[in-house]
Amino acid sequence: MSPSNDTIERHAVSRYTTGARLNHWVTAISLILLALSGMALFTPSLFFLTGLFGGGTLTREIHPWIGVVLFFSFAGLFVRFVRLNLWNADDTRWMRNLGAVMRADEENVAEVGKYNAGQKLVFWGMSLLILVLITSGLAIWDEYFFAYTTIDQKRFAVLAHALAAVGAITIWIVHVYAAIWVRGTVRAMTRGTVTAGWAYRHHRKWLRQKAAEPAQRAPGA
Amino acid sequence: MADIALELARQSATAGGITGALAPKDDFQVSKLIDTSKCIGCKACQVACLEWNDLREQVGVNTGVYDNPHDLTENTWTLIRFTEWDNTATGRLEWLIRKDGCMHCADPGCLKACPSPGAIVQYTNGIVDFNHSACIGCGYCIKGCPFNIPRISKTTEKAYKCTLCVDRVAVGQGPACAKACPTQAISFGTKAQMKQLAEKRVADLKSRGFDQAGLYDPPGVGGTHVMYVLHHNDRPQLYASLPDNPRISPVVELWKGAVKYAGIALMGVAALTGVLHHTVMGANRVTARDEEEGEKIQEGRK
Amino acid sequence: MTNSWTDIKNTDLVLIMGGNAAEAHPCGFKWVTEAKANRGAKLIVVDPRYTRSASVADYYAPIRQGTDIAFLLGVIAYLIKNDKIQWEYTRNYTSAPLIVKEGFGYKDGLFTGYDESKRDYDRASWDYEFDEQGFAKVDPTLQHPRCVWNLLKEHVAQYTPETVSRICGTPKEAFLKIAEMIGETSAPDKVMTSMYALGWTQHSKGSQNIRCMAMLQLLLGNMGMMGGGMNALRGHSNIQGLTDLGLMSNLLPGYLTLATDREPDLETYMKTRGFKPMRPGQTSFWQNYKKFFVSFQKSMWGAAATAENQWGYDFLPKLDLPSYDVLRAFELMHQGKMNGYFCQGFNPLMSFPNKNKIRAALGKLKFLVVMDPLQTETARFWENHGEFNPSDPSKVQTEVFELPTTLFAEDEGSLTNSSRWLQWHWPGQDKRFEIRSDVWVVAQIFRRLKALYEKEGGAYPDAMKALTWEYANPDEPSPEELAREINGKVLEDVPDPADPSKKLLEKGKQVPAFAMLRDDGTTSSGNWIYCGCFTDAGNMMARRDNRDPSGLGVYQNWSFSWPANRRVLYNRASADLQGKPWDAKRSPIAWDGSKWSGPDIPDIAPTAKPDQVMPFIMTNEGVGRLFVRNMMKDGPFPVHYEPFESPVANVIAPKVRGNPAARVFKGDMEQFGDAKEFPYAAVTYRLTEHFHYWTKHNQVNAVMQPEFFVEISEELAREKGIQKGGWVRVDSARGFVKAKAVVTKRIKPMTCDGKTVHVVGIPIHWGFIGATKKGFGANSLTPFVGDANIETPEFKAFLVDIRADTGPATS
Repeated sequence: MSPSNDTIERHAVSRYTTGARLNHWVTAISLILLALSGMALFTPSLFFLTGLFGGGTLTREIHPWIGVVLFFSFAGLFVRFVRLNLWNADDTRWMRNLGAVMRADEENVAEVGKYNAGQKLVFWGMSLLILVLITSGLAIWDEYFFAYTTIDQKRFAVLAHALAAVGAITIWIVHVYAAIWVRGTVRAMTRGTVTAGWAYRHHRKWLRQKAAEPAQRAPGA
Repeated sequence: MADIALELARQSATAGGITGALAPKDDFQVSKLIDTSKCIGCKACQVACLEWNDLREQVGVNTGVYDNPHDLTENTWTLIRFTEWDNTATGRLEWLIRKDGCMHCADPGCLKACPSPGAIVQYTNGIVDFNHSACIGCGYCIKGCPFNIPRISKTTEKAYKCTLCVDRVAVGQGPACAKACPTQAISFGTKAQMKQLAEKRVADLKSRGFDQAGLYDPPGVGGTHVMYVLHHNDRPQLYASLPDNPRISPVVELWKGAVKYAGIALMGVAALTGVLHHTVMGANRVTARDEEEGEKIQEGRK
Repeated sequence: MTNSWTDIKNTDLVLIMGGNAAEAHPCGFKWVTEAKANRGAKLIVVDPRYTRSASVADYYAPIRQGTDIAFLLGVIAYLIKNDKIQWEYTRNYTSAPLIVKEGFGYKDGLFTGYDESKRDYDRASWDYEFDEQGFAKVDPTLQHPRCVWNLLKEHVAQYTPETVSRICGTPKEAFLKIAEMIGETSAPDKVMTSMYALGWTQHSKGSQNIRCMAMLQLLLGNMGMMGGGMNALRGHSNIQGLTDLGLMSNLLPGYLTLATDREPDLETYMKTRGFKPMRPGQTSFWQNYKKFFVSFQKSMWGAAATAENQWGYDFLPKLDLPSYDVLRAFELMHQGKMNGYFCQGFNPLMSFPNKNKIRAALGKLKFLVVMDPLQTETARFWENHGEFNPSDPSKVQTEVFELPTTLFAEDEGSLTNSSRWLQWHWPGQDKRFEIRSDVWVVAQIFRRLKALYEKEGGAYPDAMKALTWEYANPDEPSPEELAREINGKVLEDVPDPADPSKKLLEKGKQVPAFAMLRDDGTTSSGNWIYCGCFTDAGNMMARRDNRDPSGLGVYQNWSFSWPANRRVLYNRASADLQGKPWDAKRSPIAWDGSKWSGPDIPDIAPTAKPDQVMPFIMTNEGVGRLFVRNMMKDGPFPVHYEPFESPVANVIAPKVRGNPAARVFKGDMEQFGDAKEFPYAAVTYRLTEHFHYWTKHNQVNAVMQPEFFVEISEELAREKGIQKGGWVRVDSARGFVKAKAVVTKRIKPMTCDGKTVHVVGIPIHWGFIGATKKGFGANSLTPFVGDANIETPEFKAFLVDIRADTGPATS
């Protein structure tokens, strides 16, 4: 990416590559479809949602396949972002000031890198739960894997699957809400860029790093 | 089969049962009594089941035992299971023979686990039946069943099990297996009648030295509409792993109970918190100053 | 059966020995469960294997196959020693007091008169001492040293519990427990029923197995009693009908016997069939033999059978040998002396011993006709099926004709069950394709042969030409016409001797009962014991009235029970010398001061006084025979003989191999194996899931038992390194089979004469065609020898070796 590209929008700061965004949206769509189909099978009051997938049988058939898509798609995200999501001292400080963050008062909170502690928690939470979901999901994917587990194991799997799904959906709600509340966030995943002001306000450390990058790279560029 | 004019007491995945739900009627409860002490393991019940229900099982192989097929399948809804047991107390061998199949629990785990409304029904006479037009083949019934009975067909992807010949019962006939049983080891009638009959059988067995003879009508599942007379009612496990104290697995209870409600609540609370938060706090917007400061840093880059 | 299936519910004790009723007769076995559930009856099972019957028994004991006589004689010895005898019954209703003539003796396993070179006895000494009038002498005090009672006592004395255990492998305590339970039924109001089947018949001493039990039942006073008797569980739906109708080479219908070539005329023939009473005042019912015989001849040849031509006596074939039983037939075939074979509803390639010999024999035929509703291995004996049927079609010249015939469900007619009930049945479906009834096929053959005889003459066309064939459709007589003919009809008016103006019998009517049959040619009857089954009142076999007013399982108006619709044979013996029932609650008949009456038909003249005429009217003595005189080839008393192939020597007569009077063909003796090479005791049997070689064609039955297996103990499996469910190879001196191994606790090694005996169980049922997996057939292994009296093959006791294997080469 040449520096001149950044001048298309004067204030824009590049946050996600096209690949990352595609990866994200595949994951996001999978997750939504999984949530809808999963919820339909989870509780009878939402069974009507199977209508979205062409009925109960198709819902049951499609759900695990979407799960496989989600797993691999999320694995992509994981590989992309795992280094940026490693916990550091800043995150602990950020967490201590969570109240201030929730009040939208980030000024006095330590400067944040590409991801704040909350985002990191979403990342790790999702990673863990998706691992649980795929494992338990395979254990109850009777069409292909019935013979590999006992019925008691399947019972635990189905419970774990439900619990993990509830967790994942809850995290997803937090994730989506955060994206909505913090205005200017969604474009990071649509256009791939954020404004300098957004970056300054929410990820100042990251902005400074970004600003420093070309200078560092220039001699070799 | 669920479309037969029988009254429904309960159906799966339907909140609060069904409209105008009828409580199971005591005087109308049916039951099959399987007397293991009269059973000679002839498999006539298996044959009758295949023939009446027009099922076709595969010709298997011998694996060193008399049990054939080797397990229940989507076509084998009832199966004679043989157990050779050295009774160390008497020093004599016993060949325990049990006809396996759906127990038609008063509190059916399959029905509890089923996510598809009306795919599993319980009639007021106690029969638990699968409605294949509503079955989605998810296999939750397998997880719900304390007796390991339902089987999913690879072909139709639906769950199958003994219907207690609900089609025959609906027109005043007993189940095909009971009809075929040459030694009347299988009886059919009202639950009260069957309990009476069992009492007589248990008395006979006790007179023959089976002190622990008794009726297997496990309370953990609210009693069953298929009951056994066992010579060793203190040890049901002897009979090809018939559960000693069957009940719907606590894991399933948790999954279909607390987790369902708490999960929905948690997700709802999360969403609601967001709404509230947004209402109170308003949007977290980037200010002009942020933009300026951000610009500056951006500029500094150049 | 002397009694009936439904009567078993009346018993106090069921002894299943020589059979496996729950396994092979599950529907009849319901009456055992009824007796147990409603009367508190006990069930004893004695069998080499812990069977399905044993699974619901009160007491099970193992026994080495082929040692039943030792066991039963041991029980008799126990009863005598412990005074568990129904004394009034034994003294009056059995031959116990009759005196045997001097010169009769028994020593070292042999009776007097044995000729080793002929493998046969001169039976002259096996008889009673007669007085001047020709009556047998008796000693009512049972003190005479040669009275039957004392001879029996002496004969059984050596079968002590220890000896029984040594021979049979049955633990002594188990034997004593069973003897004690049996002994309890010696009380006049307690009964035991004996249920047996091929486990007793398929031995080289099969007839004596059964006879031994009959003696036991007599001593206990259980014959003629409701809930008692000797109950043969027949192995086919109509095998009782087969013997009743005399489908044996030496029989005529109704247990009349075919003449031999030493009986050139009727007079000579009748000499040995006079059945003169051996005791004064007794009824010897077989004295009516000639009436039945002449009526039969009239039914065969009608007007052509006349007093002048000895009622067509010459039309009958005369035997040059005791019998042309199946073993002899295949022996002759094997020697190339029998060139054509009609095989009707029969699968000898799988059913007769020594399959390799049977296959070779069939291959020497010029033609083979197979009439069967199903494909049979016999019809395809020439086909190569690898190890399952190693045949080389290019070497077989036999021309095979397959004639598909109707199955029972496509037929109308009667089946005679074990209870002697002739039950009429109607077709369940129409016959399909080009299938024809057996009657049609036989009628066609007869008519064409007759035409040939008429055209070409031949050696002796008379019998064929004179045969009556008066049917509406001569091409296919109807079942009803045949049934009416079997019942018999009145050929001429018979005036009433009391009032000649009246007719006792009216020409053209059906004969109402066999008591009306006559030897003057005025009546016909195809089978006297079936007389009464189809009268002018209609088809008695089609009756379906299931009311049972006595509650004793009599069902008097359900079908027709031969003879005379009698349900319990010898039922006169159920009452004492005053005619008072031994047990009033279970009484088929009782003497009311002037006649016999009750829910059943009396098995005696209705006015025969109880203290004068004794109950067993079918014997010349009028009493039950404990000593059978010269009527059986292998002895007047049963003796324990080992099977021809036995893991141990005969403890009581070490020099005797097998039954000394059993016929063994040249070449077959050499094919008997010994215990050194073939150390294990094998037994063959049926399984509930299948019926012979039929149901393997049925997909559902094939599902229930899909694959040929053999059963062995866990101990033998360990010793031979055989895995449960793994392949094994079983060898006998005649062939081998490969099968899956069922390793079970239900077979345990036994100790016989100090030696450990392992049992190998080999079910029949599998062949090389059908819906099941291919199997070998147990008859690949079995020896070619039969019972001394009736030649039933010894399928139940022979020797094999067994080892782990990798399975058939072509499976």
